Amino acid sequence: MFLPHWSTDRLRRKTARPRPDVPPAGLSAAPLVTAIPDHGRRVVAAVDAAAQALGIAPGITVTGAHAFAPGLEVVDADPEADLAGLRRIALWAGRRYSPIVAPDPPDGLWLDITGCAALFDTERALIKDLHRRLARSGLSVQIAVADTAGCAHAVARHVPAGRPVTIEHGKHRAALGLLPVRALRLEPMVVEALRKLGFERVEQLIAAPRAPLAKRFGRSLHRRLDQALGNVPEPIEPLFPEALPRSRRAFVEPILTAEAFGRVIGDLAEDLARQLVHLGKGARRLDCHFHRVDGQVQAVRVGTAAPTRDSRHLGALLCARLDTVDPGLGVEAMTLVAPLVEPLHARQGEGLESAMRRGPDLAALVDTLANRFGQGRLYRNGPRASAMPERSVAQLSPLEPAGRTAWNADLPRPSRMLSPPEAIQVTAMLPDHPPAMFVWRGRRFRIAHADGPERLHGEWWRERGAEAERPFAVRDYFQVEAASGGRYWIFRLGDGESPATGSMLWFLHGAFA
Amino acid sequence: MRHTAVIAELRARIAEVEGVGIRHIALPFGVAAVDRHLPGGGLIAGALHEIAGSPDLADDASATIFLAGILARLEGPVLWCLRWRDLFAPALHLAGLHPDRLIHVEAGSDANVLLAMEECLRHAGLAGVVGEVAKYSTTASKRLQLAAEGSGVPAFVFRRGARVDARTDGTAAVTRWRIAAAPSEALDVPGLGRPRWHVALERVRGGDPRSWIMEGCDAQGRIGVPAALVDRPVAAEDRQAAA
Repeated sequence: MFLPHWSTDRLRRKTARPRPDVPPAGLSAAPLVTAIPDHGRRVVAAVDAAAQALGIAPGITVTGAHAFAPGLEVVDADPEADLAGLRRIALWAGRRYSPIVAPDPPDGLWLDITGCAALFDTERALIKDLHRRLARSGLSVQIAVADTAGCAHAVARHVPAGRPVTIEHGKHRAALGLLPVRALRLEPMVVEALRKLGFERVEQLIAAPRAPLAKRFGRSLHRRLDQALGNVPEPIEPLFPEALPRSRRAFVEPILTAEAFGRVIGDLAEDLARQLVHLGKGARRLDCHFHRVDGQVQAVRVGTAAPTRDSRHLGALLCARLDTVDPGLGVEAMTLVAPLVEPLHARQGEGLESAMRRGPDLAALVDTLANRFGQGRLYRNGPRASAMPERSVAQLSPLEPAGRTAWNADLPRPSRMLSPPEAIQVTAMLPDHPPAMFVWRGRRFRIAHADGPERLHGEWWRERGAEAERPFAVRDYFQVEAASGGRYWIFRLGDGESPATGSMLWFLHGAFA
Repeated sequence: MRHTAVIAELRARIAEVEGVGIRHIALPFGVAAVDRHLPGGGLIAGALHEIAGSPDLADDASATIFLAGILARLEGPVLWCLRWRDLFAPALHLAGLHPDRLIHVEAGSDANVLLAMEECLRHAGLAGVVGEVAKYSTTASKRLQLAAEGSGVPAFVFRRGARVDARTDGTAAVTRWRIAAAPSEALDVPGLGRPRWHVALERVRGGDPRSWIMEGCDAQGRIGVPAALVDRPVAAEDRQAAA
């Protein structure tokens, strides 16, 4: 993740906050740069988007910059505050997205999102959420996802896409090849020398024989290249927030098997549960870090629907996800952290009640299922105020308390709905009468009894969709019983008289009991 | 008369050996004609029950409400594991099963539905666990039956779109039901009367198959006996008991 204008964005945010009434347009009128003293001159350290558009680049003197833009606003750079702000963002991202997050000064952030997508459904959704939240808080941000940290770093800084970029698994070599040599995190002098030798893009560097180049530029050149290509591991040292409940075990011998991990997780969970009892809190999110022998850190993250400190339950949740861990050559230490905790107070006589009287432990069940099938697959239905039956049911989170909207208990509704409704052929009678017969999926249904119509008007106030284009559309619903006894819900688009209300076609929308 | 007494005693002893109906309570339908026919006087709580409709959507819809009616008369949360998202919650509410009591698990495949069901069945205190599958094996039914026995939670496997003539594998389920929509009684005015179902008990452990014509669930989830069939004094008493 790359924040191209981090210093100036941070200053903007800081100065903008006390005066929320000033429109943002007024603020961004003057280009903003920060300056640092360098050999008795003042040199531009960071620029914002407006200054960059005027041609001001970091490294030129402040006097020179004033020549580009007379109204230029210059502020003294504060690298320490920048770094502290970056750490704060890293901690926030660590709580919300991924257990392994590290600041990458001066203007970047590493996130290892391997295996973290479960809480957001997909990796894309996670990245979109991250991008949206940072952009909304006024930061310009460029996110890249790739197999290796080096590749993500290069793509984030050198592909000006304006939206998150994902390099597919295994494609990082091809992506890197097209980037300029300076994308490899080399020193400026090395880049300049390489350019003079004719190396413009990384693919030329990959193809070139290694020995002569290594002789001239030292080993750092190829170390950077190998890191980006994934030949050499580049571990991310995760940033731990202080004062979070955590426990750690280091091993004399590296361990490898799932049974051993399971036992250690059990111990760690008990440790953590004891700390949580002491704090009066329960864990909502749990990270288990596996420190591998080769320096890499693997992590497993699980979430809970309600705060809990039941060590058996927490251990079981983590053990269910052990198959995502690649132990490599062995794991020499494990850490269990609870990055998100919520108050959880003990109830009196908790251990005395029987399981039947206390009711089922729904939160534990929901956690187990959600961590196995995904959070979005578990839901409760709630009523939603909508005229259209297919939109009248909302999906709520499974443990959410009941809402205020009441279910409508008057109107007959089918127990099985077809989505979308299926077209039927009808031998229709008069406009206000149900049809005498219909054909659905090649079968002929003679209608014995019917009730209706129930007229539903489209939601003409909606801004998009079919109903916005046809504000007079109506549906006439009939409940019909076929001669065999089956009851169906069929409707006609339109009121049967005026063509403006619909196309007069018939559909089957569901079946009743 | 002596024969029936001997058979009843033997049945009681078999039930004792199998452990069914002793440890777990029975859930009566409130219709004497049906309850009398079920060993234990109703559906056994800690056991697996199979329910099927037919490939016709209306029959599956009827079976859904039959199931909702059973669950509506129990207390506690219900886990309903789905494969397809075609269940419409307002209809369950109309049958007395409040959607607030329901948690849906969209598991995606038959195997996952059965996996989720087994997980849910380990939690005592649930009113019931429902799983909608297209097909499932004898082994799966044995696993579910064991899990249900362990926790005392009734398990319902809803075989979606099950053909009437389909070959059925052996099952460990205690009862197997098939629900089909039946023509309802014509009213004097245009409109629809109370729905009727053809309720077939295809298999029951310790009993004989049987089928009935029933009236669909009311707002409390109770099924009823059609009025036309209530002509004898005994049946009239049943009806009063059911109401």
